[in-house]
Amino acid sequence: MAAAAELALLEKSLGLSKRNKYSARGDRQIPVLQTNNGPSLTGLTTIAAHLVKQANKEYLLGSTAEEKAIVQQWLEYRVTQVDKHSNKDDIRTLLKDLNAYLEDKVYLTGYNFTLADILLYYGLHRFISIFIGVKLTTELP
Amino acid sequence: MRLFVSEGAPGNLPVLAAAGRVRGRAELLISTVGPEECMVPFLTRPKVPVLQLDSGNYLFSTSSICRYFFLLSGWEQDDLTNQWLEWEATELQPALSAALYCLVVQGKKGEDVLGPVRRALTHIDHSLSRQNCPFLAGETESLADIVLWGALYPLLQDPAYLPEELGALHSWFQTLSTQEPCQRAAETVLKQQGVLALRPYLQKQPQPSPPDESAVTNEPEEEELATLSEEEIAMAVTAWEKGLESLPPLRPRQNPVLPVAGERNVLITSALPYVNNVPHLGNIIGCVLSADVFARYSRLRQWNTLYLCGTDEYGTATETKAMEEGLTPQEICDKYHVIHADIYRWFNISFDIFGRTTTPQQTKITQDIFQRLLTRGFVLRDTVEQLRCEHCARFLADRFVEGVCPFCGYEEARGDQCDKCGKLINAIELKKPQCKVCRSCPVVKSSQHLFLDLPKLEKRLEEWLGKTLPGSDWTPNARFIIRSWLRDGLKPRCITRDLKWGTPVPLEGFEDKVFYVWFDATIGYLSITANYTDQWERWWKNPEQVDLYQFMAKDNVPFHGLVFPCSALGTEDNYTLVSHLIATEYLNYEDGKFSKSRGVGVFGDMAQDTGIPADIWRFYLLYIRPEGQDSAFSWADMLLKNNSELLNNLGNFINRAGMFVSKFFGGYVPEMVLTPDDQRLLAHVTLELRHYHQLLEKVRIRDALRSILTISRHGNQYIQVNEPWKRIKGNEADRQRAGTVTGLAVNIAALLSVMLQPYMPTVSTTIQDQLQLPRPACSILLTNFLCTLPAGHQIGTVSPLFQKLENDQIESLKQRFGGGQLEESLELKAKVSPKPEVVETVTTAGPQQIQVLMDEVTKQGNTVRELKAQKADKNQIAAEVAKLLELKKQLALAEGKPLETSKGKKKK
Repeated sequence: MAAAAELALLEKSLGLSKRNKYSARGDRQIPVLQTNNGPSLTGLTTIAAHLVKQANKEYLLGSTAEEKAIVQQWLEYRVTQVDKHSNKDDIRTLLKDLNAYLEDKVYLTGYNFTLADILLYYGLHRFISIFIGVKLTTELP
Repeated sequence: MRLFVSEGAPGNLPVLAAAGRVRGRAELLISTVGPEECMVPFLTRPKVPVLQLDSGNYLFSTSSICRYFFLLSGWEQDDLTNQWLEWEATELQPALSAALYCLVVQGKKGEDVLGPVRRALTHIDHSLSRQNCPFLAGETESLADIVLWGALYPLLQDPAYLPEELGALHSWFQTLSTQEPCQRAAETVLKQQGVLALRPYLQKQPQPSPPDESAVTNEPEEEELATLSEEEIAMAVTAWEKGLESLPPLRPRQNPVLPVAGERNVLITSALPYVNNVPHLGNIIGCVLSADVFARYSRLRQWNTLYLCGTDEYGTATETKAMEEGLTPQEICDKYHVIHADIYRWFNISFDIFGRTTTPQQTKITQDIFQRLLTRGFVLRDTVEQLRCEHCARFLADRFVEGVCPFCGYEEARGDQCDKCGKLINAIELKKPQCKVCRSCPVVKSSQHLFLDLPKLEKRLEEWLGKTLPGSDWTPNARFIIRSWLRDGLKPRCITRDLKWGTPVPLEGFEDKVFYVWFDATIGYLSITANYTDQWERWWKNPEQVDLYQFMAKDNVPFHGLVFPCSALGTEDNYTLVSHLIATEYLNYEDGKFSKSRGVGVFGDMAQDTGIPADIWRFYLLYIRPEGQDSAFSWADMLLKNNSELLNNLGNFINRAGMFVSKFFGGYVPEMVLTPDDQRLLAHVTLELRHYHQLLEKVRIRDALRSILTISRHGNQYIQVNEPWKRIKGNEADRQRAGTVTGLAVNIAALLSVMLQPYMPTVSTTIQDQLQLPRPACSILLTNFLCTLPAGHQIGTVSPLFQKLENDQIESLKQRFGGGQLEESLELKAKVSPKPEVVETVTTAGPQQIQVLMDEVTKQGNTVRELKAQKADKNQIAAEVAKLLELKKQLALAEGKPLETSKGKKKK
């Protein structure tokens, strides 16, 4: 899924009425959002966090310092690990690790649904058809 | 909570520097673990540093640990910080790990290390200098600063890897490094051992995969749309309203151009192309075309400008070529000098002089410089062991020996320099030397030679560089090359050769020797000027008044930045030395290199046979100018840029603006009543124009071209939003609005025509003719956007500026010029050619390709017949016939038939 489509989907699920336009930069098609006031924002997770704030749903970024840091950690994981063009072995390891992590959790931060769950879900979408066998369903909202 | 670190893990730096934030707020225990211990139960691969939280959860991302520490101290998250951290994780880290791995584990140095991260460093520097804040996310040091500082510290603490021209990055880094938490983290992690302290850890890590192809990308970094203040807008409007009257009077171009006291005098040289090679696109963009853009820009600023170049004609290569072609060296030079001059004329290069080095002036000035060096004791005499090929019965010039590089082991090192490691080589040091002509092994013989005593001149050179470099526009690669030469220490260099074709050495016992080309080639600039005016010394012995810009590819840097300055300083004759040395990286062809011998790539004389206008070539070459990093010429990309940037963006805008004036307002520029939106647009255009000036003043030619395209994008948007074609049919107010939009748009088009002049001179003139732009406005570019086409001004006939490039046209060109390495290697496997020097390479074509070509020949044949039947324009028929002949030639090649002896070709 192209980043712009993903962000549009996020806007919709956040209930934002105004649709933003996104441009893409460079080979990796990094999304750019031109905001009305001030400079543009670049990067998937940066824009996603910005949209969450626009929608007044800050709780999706975590409530405590710990949750906030964990949300950002998994957002980073999404853009550095999940989006990396990996070979099959890497993907297998990644899914195994995630599965182990989620074994005793409902969501990535534990019990609260956050932006990290949304973006990780979007990001993993492309693998799931390949690795049906791996148990991931605990994560689905 | 408990922090696990491992000796030498780079992530320790930011984490420890940020840990100070939680002192007194939470208890933090620090444990050291081995680099291969898995501290996070759910992660398969080991990862440090790791923070185990009191809840039992883990933070295994370095940035997130730092973020957590900051959050605990009451800091609030913001967009800008998020953006920096995401950039750090996705862009900086991959590049940085590659660089650190090179440096620490593989022991590489220099450009190998700096290359991968240069783009990222520049990005930080630009952001810092653009926002005018000392720190990344504002006035105070914050999370983003600590994370980036920690990531960069291992590399940048070595000044060799902190490019001095990145001033903003420099001071940001120094400020942070001297702060207490950072200083302490650095001491704890690096233990005074520098970057080597990371070795035990990095050695155990897998080799990072190289960052995404970013080394050879043609995409620039995009600039952000700035916010405008009311004052800026007001100033832009005032300047606009002044219009033509703010233009200074045009200065007549003088002949000869000479420096004028109290004015800016700009002397521009382009590296002298070697006479017996037809230059390829890489050579053209590397020096002559780049210098041309700057010369044209300099004239638009009304600076007193002299741009010179010429062919470098002496040397063994010429002698050999003469032997091959059965001519004298002089005849060879005469012949090829004309070929060069024709190519540059076709590319519209605006030399004031295009001279040559084989003139009496060259002998006079070279011998004078030599004599002065000799009497001042800067010339040494020594016996040289030299390679002589007994089979060819002559001493071998450096470039006629090949062998294994004594420094890096590269197999095809030349006798003077290794293409791989870039080090200069003495030919006799080559391992397994071979005569390049007959492939036999040369023997070592001794001969008396003269040396330039560079070690004795080194101190003067350093003094001069110390005064020249700071604040100058030397490109980073040039600074780097000079720095590394000085670090290795200068050695005496031989300046004579056993040859006939060269400048004679005026010294007893050296009658049968000449000066080595690299000693006297750079003197060529002086002698070429001397042939242009007898007052040449006013340019060349006038460092106080003259600003010397020298353009070249990076392999020429040592001769211009080091050897010639040493010679000139040694003469104590007050020569003008290079103020700004502008060196490009390399241009590749598709996925490989240009190669004359393999017939791969486009060479200067072939560009004109493609039917693509010179200005399109200029545009595309400048668009991909290897500025700061290597870039690649690609046919598909050329088609794309022509069709998207020129046709759809620039051409479309200028044509629409002009058409509206003709169609809706009878060819007269309408009245303009500016609304606040229009004024904002004025200010944006002004800002972009300023940016263009800033970039070109720093000779960032490729970046400045983007400013032109940005303005025309603004213009297109403006027309699109305001829809003058609809409003013209509306009420009075609507019609007035249509007039304003059209008037403003056509004035932007006029501005663009001037900004475009250095890049596409012919197109620029065409636009100015179409718009009937007043003369002074065509030739002067100020830093403000003026209304140069006031209401009532009558424009001329408007017509489209660019043509679409079609896929099949480009495909056939690509086939004709060789399509890169893949085809090449297949071809080499398919045909083991006994002779290595086949010039016309045969592309092995499959039956399908042959069929396609046959079809094309048939189709083209029909086209020609039709045209003839219609009694069409002769030129048009001739053009189509040429296409047909070309296709037939390709077909013959593809079928492996012998070529009919160069029928349609001008060149032998």
